[in-house]
Amino acid sequence: MIKRKIIIINPKDNVATALTDLKAGEVLQEEIDGVKKEIKLNQDIPFGHKLGTKEIPAGSPVIKYGEVIGTASMAIQVGDYVHVHNVKSNRGRGDIKGGAL
Amino acid sequence: MSFLGFPRPNGEVGIRNHIGIISTVICANDVSLRIAQQVEGAVAFLHDQGCCQTPIDLNQVTKTLVNLGKNPNLAGVLLVSLGCESVLIEEIREKIATSGKPVKILGIQKIGGMLPAIAEGCRITQEMVIQASAIRRETFDDSHLSIGVKCGASDTTSGLISNPAAGAAFDLIIDHGGTCVFGETTEFLGAEHILMRRAVNLQIAQKIEKIVTRMEKRAELMGVDMRGGQPTTGNIKGGLTTIEEKSLGAIVKAGTRPIKDVYEYGDRITEKGLFVMDSPGREPEFLTGIAATGVQLIIFSTGIGAPQGFPFVPVLKISGNPQTQRCLADHIDKIVQLPEKGTDSLAQAGQDIFEEIKAIASGKKTKAEVLGYGQFSNIFTVGPVI
Repeated sequence: MIKRKIIIINPKDNVATALTDLKAGEVLQEEIDGVKKEIKLNQDIPFGHKLGTKEIPAGSPVIKYGEVIGTASMAIQVGDYVHVHNVKSNRGRGDIKGGAL
Repeated sequence: MSFLGFPRPNGEVGIRNHIGIISTVICANDVSLRIAQQVEGAVAFLHDQGCCQTPIDLNQVTKTLVNLGKNPNLAGVLLVSLGCESVLIEEIREKIATSGKPVKILGIQKIGGMLPAIAEGCRITQEMVIQASAIRRETFDDSHLSIGVKCGASDTTSGLISNPAAGAAFDLIIDHGGTCVFGETTEFLGAEHILMRRAVNLQIAQKIEKIVTRMEKRAELMGVDMRGGQPTTGNIKGGLTTIEEKSLGAIVKAGTRPIKDVYEYGDRITEKGLFVMDSPGREPEFLTGIAATGVQLIIFSTGIGAPQGFPFVPVLKISGNPQTQRCLADHIDKIVQLPEKGTDSLAQAGQDIFEEIKAIASGKKTKAEVLGYGQFSNIFTVGPVI
């Protein structure tokens, strides 16, 4: 039995979660939107962290669980490491809304 | 299908038979702790509140202490008071006593300081423990189960593995006629639309929306991006990027059944079904709040590995992170594996957790109980210390 290396939770998702530590340059075979595709990793992806499975332009929603988990703060390519450096949260943003103290 | 629990005078069922030594104010903690350390069968509830707070918080603290005292896992209660605190001690005693269990007050200033307070407290508690030890476990059907759920020190395995497994167990408890409670309102942000769809009616959906907006506004008052506080530094290290991602993975721990109502922090819940308690995500405040609802046991799903329990409500630790399962084996009661077919196949894990809940309800101890990890709790407050 071959252990899965990544999991795409919902077909709408544009990111996948690594189920093991993955190395830059590694090529993964994955079915995306019904088509078998190759994903070449552009950076190392630690266990439990995310990688782009579809191209995400800057300012576009990042989708996991079929739901919006944030907004891309820069363009994300297929195989890119996806985390706090390129995704911002849309919620709890007192820095944007302004505080009261 | 049944479990062995302790019958209480008001018809409720406990799964533990402790005497609770409850501080009414932070200043009483040192005495409460010494009594609980000395008397076998006693457990202390310590916290930082009870004085120099606005009435909103004093009322919340009073209500929480009352409902903690009423938790069916306590056979009796000793309230340890300094004497000059703002919470109304006699009111707390009277309200706990309506549950039919013995409740006494020990005043540190009145009795002459720490040493006589400890001696008298130990004597009172010793007698309560002896009385309680005569209560025998009896068979109760599963509809008497009242269970809470929490996720803490989460990483991406929480949303993938351990939270859906906890959710599958929650569904089973509801289907057997029991009560389930979840909360951590901060971790609804970005997922509230899914929970609102599960509310039994529009009014309850609006209540969910209201508590989420209120919690988000509280965080925004500080004028900063809350990332780093929620999701925590540890969550981010574990792969969670935003509060939305954390929330979407967090809410699955509450299963799939309809949400019947939303309660305020520290409220007591006596109905059957699935309920929300408004609460923050941090462990010391959350575990206290959910214990106050009256749950007998808390399922605690962890990714990176949160070790703490609660003084008188057993906390069942589950994890789907293989590294945590290895490194924190002393703290994880049950490991959950990601099945090859994916998250849809976690039904068996839910069944296993349900069986484990009944074993613990019947007397099997959790790792946190045996290690005594969980002595330091707190009560959630919203205003300043003044």
